[in-house]
Formats: sequence, structure tokens, C-alpha cells
Amino acid sequence: MMRIILKWGVLAALVGMALYLILALYAQQEFVFAMLFLVLTASAVFVFVHKKLYAHRYIFPAIAGMGLFVIFPLMYTVGIGFTNYSASNLLSFEQVQDNLMDRTYQSDSIRYDYGLYQTDAGYVVYLEGEHQDLVTPPLELDGSEASVPALPASKRPAGESLAMRDIIQLRSNLGSLNLLTEDGRELSMASLRSFAAIHDQYTLHDNGSITNNQTDVTYFPDHDTGFYRSADGDSLSPGWTVNIGWDNYLKVVSDPTIRGPFFEIFVWTLSFAVATVVFTLALGLLLANLLQWDQIRGKGFYRTMLILPYAVPAFISILVFKGLFNQNFGEINLVLEGLFGMRPDWFSDPALARTMILIVNTWLGYPYMMLLCMGLLQAIPRDLYEASAMDGAGPVNNLFNVTLPLIIKPLMPLLIASFAFNFNNFVLIALLTGGAPDIIGASTPAGTTDLLVSYTYRIAFQDSGQNFGLAAAIATAIFLVVGALSLINLKLSKVKV
Amino acid sequence: MAMVQPRSTKYRVLASHLGMLGFIVIILFPLLMVISISFRSGNFASGSLLPENPSLEHWYLALGIPYTGEDGTVTQPPFPVLLWLWNSIKIAVVSAVLILALSTTSAYAFARMRFAGKGFVLKSMLIFQMFPPVLSLVALYALFDKIGNHVGWLGLNTHGAVIVASLGGMALHIWTIKGYFDSIDRSLEEAAIVDGATTWQAFRYILLPLSVPILVVVFILAFIMTIMEYPMASVLLVDTDKLTLAVGAQQYLYEQNYLWGDFAAAAVLSGLPITLIFLYCQKWIVGGLTAGGVKG
Repeated sequence: MMRIILKWGVLAALVGMALYLILALYAQQEFVFAMLFLVLTASAVFVFVHKKLYAHRYIFPAIAGMGLFVIFPLMYTVGIGFTNYSASNLLSFEQVQDNLMDRTYQSDSIRYDYGLYQTDAGYVVYLEGEHQDLVTPPLELDGSEASVPALPASKRPAGESLAMRDIIQLRSNLGSLNLLTEDGRELSMASLRSFAAIHDQYTLHDNGSITNNQTDVTYFPDHDTGFYRSADGDSLSPGWTVNIGWDNYLKVVSDPTIRGPFFEIFVWTLSFAVATVVFTLALGLLLANLLQWDQIRGKGFYRTMLILPYAVPAFISILVFKGLFNQNFGEINLVLEGLFGMRPDWFSDPALARTMILIVNTWLGYPYMMLLCMGLLQAIPRDLYEASAMDGAGPVNNLFNVTLPLIIKPLMPLLIASFAFNFNNFVLIALLTGGAPDIIGASTPAGTTDLLVSYTYRIAFQDSGQNFGLAAAIATAIFLVVGALSLINLKLSKVKV
Repeated sequence: MAMVQPRSTKYRVLASHLGMLGFIVIILFPLLMVISISFRSGNFASGSLLPENPSLEHWYLALGIPYTGEDGTVTQPPFPVLLWLWNSIKIAVVSAVLILALSTTSAYAFARMRFAGKGFVLKSMLIFQMFPPVLSLVALYALFDKIGNHVGWLGLNTHGAVIVASLGGMALHIWTIKGYFDSIDRSLEEAAIVDGATTWQAFRYILLPLSVPILVVVFILAFIMTIMEYPMASVLLVDTDKLTLAVGAQQYLYEQNYLWGDFAAAAVLSGLPITLIFLYCQKWIVGGLTAGGVKG
């Protein structure tokens, strides 16, 4: 009985919390996220209440985790790819409107010179108007006062007005004051010597257009570009996020400042992934063969030593290489200078930077291939080698005629997985070169050593423009590549469930 | 021992040994170098593999102790390395526990129960596990931004967000544990159920105790993978004292502030324990890493 009450109590509490989150998101007009959590909560309740779905209770948390943090972000990214979501178009239309409506400007015509007087009760601001002087009640001016009344007055406070030096010291606290007059005006500090009336910058009309009260220019909301635009084509920032269809994709194909870098990076990404797989496989297979050989003693020692690069956390070894390859202080250049008298510029020459990346990635990746190959080699019957030795085959013949044909089939899915991993090897690039050296003439941040995935990261998070839409469009293209690879992999590895 | 041996075998064995030893020397050069550098004084000094004037300067700083040089100048530790290490371990332990708990129960259902959509879900998990989270960072960032407005401890710049986000990568572990469960004979559990045990009891008191080895492996694997996670943490965490080691370590090597020696000590200090754990568990870990891809 207790257990049942406990169970329902916990369930009710969780659902209550989830509903609170959903409502809060809904109230802030985050419909997509409200929907996401609604679906998640509803399916959780359904699975845990429905008797027949007993088995699904076990898998629900894992599936929900994947749905929330893998599948939803994936779909959301694809969606962003069709919008102009970026640093300049970050908000929703309503938020942009609120933002513009909140803006004010200070009047040129209604201005008051003022004096600041120190009285026993505190500071007093005395404003001299053309027709009517105003005075505030005594103030602390410690930054805590925001709105204070300014009442009609006819006589200056006693004593001398404070000197400019003291006013400058109190400037920021004076600047945060909002003085409210009896006829409903708001005044704020306009300069060190004057206060001025505040007016709303924009007036909203019924047809959705807004007029700048200062310049009398009218702006119409343009829902194709996500900006308020005037008849002359001027647009107001900030803009809002709108759906722009395939524009991001078209930009990649048609804009030469994006197309050029994109294809250069794409080709490099492909060659990098292929070269990595080939190098690590060649090295790993060779070492695995040696370690597999009966004649070799001390296998345990070799194995441990050879596996070390895999055991050191990658984020540390990549940074170690970054330091070792450093042009001026790096130990690699010291050795090269001592031996050959040269100091290669590993980080600013594109070809050298790419070479360095391949060297480092081979270092990082060969132990994995070696371990895989060792496992697969063990499964090859020894008498096959006996037979080939009888026929006079050497090690090279053995490798290409016996070993490779036998291991290539089980190895294939792992090679594809390795290709896909390196195609998206973000950490290596981010920590080693950060994409440098840059591609000249690119309008987005793009480097000669950038992979597609680090390129999208930089477009989204490093560029001042933060073009999330474009980054998401390129990410979508990568999703297609990865999806195709993993489907092929599923077919090849003949997964049985 | 093979029956047929060509005469050149002796030389080939010797060449193999020499080749491998030479290779190991090259491979280990960066690691030995970094240990050596951590004992050199100053951040720009160069020298041989064995430092001529060994100094513990960088080690003091890495351990968070201000170092007083011979000329009396006091150097403050540039970054809170131990705090970063602690953050990393905290996040990794909590993540690994959650991942272990959730993936074990899921794997149990996948291995022992029949239900609609099982094959489809298992295959989809294999496919989705290949999509790197770095590509959906914009969406993940937005997700945590929105959640964080209402649930503070899950917002941006919190460890909660990093922990929760790591739950997306459970597919691999579910496959690993499921493979192990599949290899355990189910007759014991069936006998228990015939005797009146519930499914949950059969799982909890019979299957789980039999699976301790794979649970340890998955825990360590999840732990190491979370410690090494970079992209997500680099976007979600901002404050210096909140960073994980993987995100913070790169700050040593900025062009403007190049602290090579300090980095070396911090790298050895934090990398060594992880390396030793990995070496100790390598056999199981490698099995786990490949199982998700090939085994059914």
C-alpha cells in the first residue's frame, strides 16, 4: 500500500514539475520547446500507467534521453537551417516589437539646466525651465533611486550649487534618475549640465508599421527578411527570425565567398578522413601482424607501449602536440633545426599544417586499429599460413593473399565508423589548429585545416555574426553524409536484434 | 611454432624487434618530452630530455601552491587545475552512474523481453549514435538556455546541463550490456520466475550479480568518455571556476599567454591517473568499444 502511494506520489510530483515547465515555456511563446516537453511527459505517463507497456518502462528513460539530446537537437538544427536565425535576427517578432517600443530619445526642445545642491536632508536637483522651475525632494544619490517626482518651485535651495567636479563624481547615479513632472513628462540627464524630456522613439500604427518620432520615417515589418524596413530600404536592428526557405543552401552554392571555402573544406575533410583511415590501418595492421608473430618475445611489453597513445586522454595529447610543434618554442622544431637546420612553420603554412594534423591523428588513431586487427587476426586459422609457407609465400604475399581478404569483411564496418568519426573529428581541429591558417577571401570564418564540422562550429559560435542558420544548413548536409554512412554500416555489419 | 621456417627468419625477428623499439621511441617522444618539460624552470626554456636544472616550479603551480622563485618573486597559479580536475571527476562520476543505471535497465528489456518495435529501436540507436553532438550544438545550446530560464540548475553554465547532456550517448553502452546479457543463460531467471519472482526481482537478484564485470567496464568507459568530452562542455560552461579539465587545459597555450611549462605539469598531473585507469582496463574497454559496432 505504501509503495503504491509512494509510486503515484512521485509520478504526480514529476508530472506537476513537467507541467509547470511546459506552461512556463508556453507563456514565453517557446512553442517548440513546450511541445517537446509535452510530448515527453505525455509519453512518460502513458508508458508508466499502461499495464501492457511494462517492458517499455525499462527502456523509456534511455529512449527519452536520446530523443531529448540527440534526435530533437538534430531535427531542431535541420529546422534552423531554413531560417535566418543569427546574431542580427535572434528574437521573435513580438520581442523585436517590444524592444523597439521600449526605446526612447531625449527631446531637443524641452531641456532644463540644473544645479545640484547639498542640503541637510540630502541632495536636491533644481531644474531651471523657461517658464517653470522644478525641484526634487532630497535624495541620497546612492544609485538606489530611480523614479522621483520633480515639483514646481520658485526659489532655489539655499547655498551654492555643487561644483562640476562633484557632479562628475555623482554622474552615474544622476544618470539613472528618472524625474516625473506633474504634467506626466519624464526627464532624464542629457548632459552634465542639463536634463531633458524623454519621448518614445517609435509609435506603433494599427497596420503594424511604426514611425520614428524623431525623423518621421515610417518602417513596415518585412516578414521575408525579418526586419522593419522603410521605403528607402533602411532596416532597423534588431531583426527577428523568419523562415527563409532554401536561401542558406543557395548561399553555399552561389555566394563565391562561401562556395569557395566550403568546397575547399569539403575536399580537405574527405581527404583527411580517408588518409587517416588508410594511415592508421596500415600502421595498425603492420604492428598487429608483428605482435601476432610466434617468434617475437616480450609481446606484453610491446603491446602496452604501443597502446599508450590511445590511453592518454586525447585533449591532453593534442595540446601536447600543439606545444611541441610550436614554431618558436616547440621541441620538434628544435630537433629539426639541430639535425637539418630548418624551422618549418607548422601553423601558418597550409600544407605543413595539414601534414601536422595527419601526423598527430595517425599517432592518436593507430592503436585502435592495431587492437581491432589483433582481434581479427587471432580468428584466422594458423594452417592457412602453413599452407602458404609450403608454397613458398613470403610475408608480403601472406598479407595480401591470406590476411587481408580474410579480415577485410569484418573490418569494413569498423573502417566506415572510423571514417565517420574522423569526418567529424572536431576536437582534434579545435584544440590543435583551430582551423588556422585562414582561407583568404572568405566571408565567414574558414580555415585551410578546418573540417566541415569545425567550420560550422566557427560560423555559429566564433564569428561575430553568429550565423546559426547557415551553420545549421551545413550541419544538415553533414547529417545526410553521416546518416548514409551509418545506414551502409548497418547493412554491412548485418546487425541482428 | 610453425613447421616450415625460412632461413632468413632470425634476421627478420631481429629487424622486427629493432623496428618496433625504434617506433616506440618515436611514439613515446612527445610523452617523455612533456614530463621533462614539466620539471624545467620557466615557460620558454629549451634543453635536453633530462632537465639540467630540475625545478618543481610548475608542479607547485599545478597543485595550486604559489611558487617562490630563487630571486624571491612569487608566482601565483595561473589556473585552478585541481578545481578543473575535481569538476571533471564530479561530472564524470555522476554521469557514469546515471548512464550505468539507465542503460542497464534498458539493456535488460532489450535482452530479455519481447515488445513492439524492439528491433527498430535498437537499430535506430545504432544509427543515431553516429551523429556527433557537436553538429547540433546550436540546438542543444538553445535547449539548455530555455530550460535554464525555469530550472536553474539545468541552465547554461551549470554542471547539471553537462551531466544531463551526456545521457544522449547511451546507445553504445546499451548495446555493450545487451551483448553481455545475451551471453548469459536465461534459464536461471526463468526458474526464479516460475518460483514466483517478479521480472524486476529476477533482474535485480539474479542477472545483475552475474553481470558485475560488464557493469564495471561500462562505468569506466562512460567515466572516461565524459572526462574527455570537449565540444558540449566548451559551449555550455563559461566561468573559469566551472570549467572541466578538457575545456580549461587549452587556456595554457594561447598565443598571447603561452605557459608551456605550467601546461606540462598540469597535463601530467591530470593525464596520468586517466592513462593508468585506461591501461589497467584496456582489454575490457576495447572489447566494449568494438562490441557496439559488430556484435549483434
